[in-house]
Amino acid sequence: MRANFIFSEVWIGLRRNLTMTIAVIVTVAIGMALLGIGLMINAQVGSMSTYWSDKVQLSAFLCKKNDPFQACKGRSQVSDAEKKELQTRIQSMGQVDKVFFETQEKAYANFKAAYSSNSVFLSAVKVDDMPESFRVKLKDPNDYKAVFDALSGAPGVSNVVNDQQLLDKFFGLMSKLRWAALVVALIQVFAAILLIGNTVRLSAYNRRRETGIMRLVGASNLYIQLPFVMEGTIAGLVGGVISAVLLMLAKVVLFDGMKNYFVLSTQLGWSEVAQVITLTTVVGVLICILASFVTLRRYLRV
Amino acid sequence: MIHFDNVTKVYVNQNRPALDHVSVDVDKGEFVFLVGPSGSGKSTFLRLVLKEERPNTGAIHVAGKDLARLSNFKVPHLRRRIGCVFQDFRLLPNKNVYENVAFALEVIGKPRRFIRKVVPEVVELVGLEGKAHRMPDELSGGEQQRVAMARAFVNRPMILLADEPTGNIDPATSIGIMKVLDRINRTGTTVVMATHDAAIVDSMRKRVVELEDGKIVRDQSRGVYGQAY
Repeated sequence: MRANFIFSEVWIGLRRNLTMTIAVIVTVAIGMALLGIGLMINAQVGSMSTYWSDKVQLSAFLCKKNDPFQACKGRSQVSDAEKKELQTRIQSMGQVDKVFFETQEKAYANFKAAYSSNSVFLSAVKVDDMPESFRVKLKDPNDYKAVFDALSGAPGVSNVVNDQQLLDKFFGLMSKLRWAALVVALIQVFAAILLIGNTVRLSAYNRRRETGIMRLVGASNLYIQLPFVMEGTIAGLVGGVISAVLLMLAKVVLFDGMKNYFVLSTQLGWSEVAQVITLTTVVGVLICILASFVTLRRYLRV
Repeated sequence: MIHFDNVTKVYVNQNRPALDHVSVDVDKGEFVFLVGPSGSGKSTFLRLVLKEERPNTGAIHVAGKDLARLSNFKVPHLRRRIGCVFQDFRLLPNKNVYENVAFALEVIGKPRRFIRKVVPEVVELVGLEGKAHRMPDELSGGEQQRVAMARAFVNRPMILLADEPTGNIDPATSIGIMKVLDRINRTGTTVVMATHDAAIVDSMRKRVVELEDGKIVRDQSRGVYGQAY
């Protein structure tokens, strides 16, 4: 009885304010989708940084035949003695955790795996074009300066690359994207709150006869306000479902597509997407409920 | 049943009080006419009984409750014991007679079975049997007011407040309305009716409380409307 009555009131309210209801749904959907994308970038960055922190952090590439690097000009390919000396030198450093030697064949195999989709690029590169390298894992990835400097000038070393610096650039870009998504999401949430406020106000105006009589015959405040709050909640829920669809699309198109552009990036799992969707839907519905209540307090004084 | 003790009400931005040190007692089962010119404080009196307004000074007791100490949370429960009828009927145009009356019970959460039993009884009591499925715009003014009275009485209130219930109705039809009010009064419900209608007051011979500029100038049992009007 009670539920029946309230649902029929809600249905009438939603239908009477159809355009406003659609506006609320769209705003909530976009706002929550952007918020979700921000959270998904966050999760992606998080999983990538744990992934990368286990990997090699410093790579010292060695001179190969006819190496174009300045450090190798006028000298031949790195000798076995030089390699041996370099390895002992690296191992003796206090900051170093582990060191691996990567052969030309191994480097070529990695290269092939990374660019498997680009056959033209692959066919142009030969095994001999790949440099040998020492891959150094540091105890503390931020403590790279001394090792970096020591290796940079060493005989037989063409150049030294700090993976951390490369990753920092990437993470910097991701963080900017995340902030952009969050700022736009915030603006959308603000717009959603105002829109919901207006919708509830219109709804309250449309039903002023009913609410007037309800007050007069002694309906409790909850009974008077519930249909309005339910309207907001349903709009928020529908918006949340649409944003969930958008977020699933974003996972498939944007995040899964990313591994075609970034080598060895980790993949965002569905469980993380599910978490984000749950969170954004809850936030969306809560915003709708709160906005409805706040407006009702002003327009439905009992 | 209704007890006003030295009640003064001044609306914001008005220098003259709407009610000025009013003390009055209405007992259980009484029928009281509240008369006086427009702006004399009749409607303010009724609004104070419903706790739609608060007095500036003085105490109001309704059905044994001190309204000043009644929390907002409990105001709806007070209003369930008071029925209201107005000059403009205040029916819902998109609901038929039965639905309009049932609405008052639905919104206070009464079970459907109870509503199905009680509503036809009350519709019959106000003399609308056979018209339960008419829409308000298919009814005359008098019939619409009967629907409003059925809605006000369906929850068996202890008090019925009527604010000029015959104000929009011709004199012949008004007699029928007054008969229904009298019938409701005979069930033990206290009735307070604000009115301008001298003929009705004179014919009913009930208690008359006259207000002028917010003061009680006359309180007469079995009174008439008064010579001045």
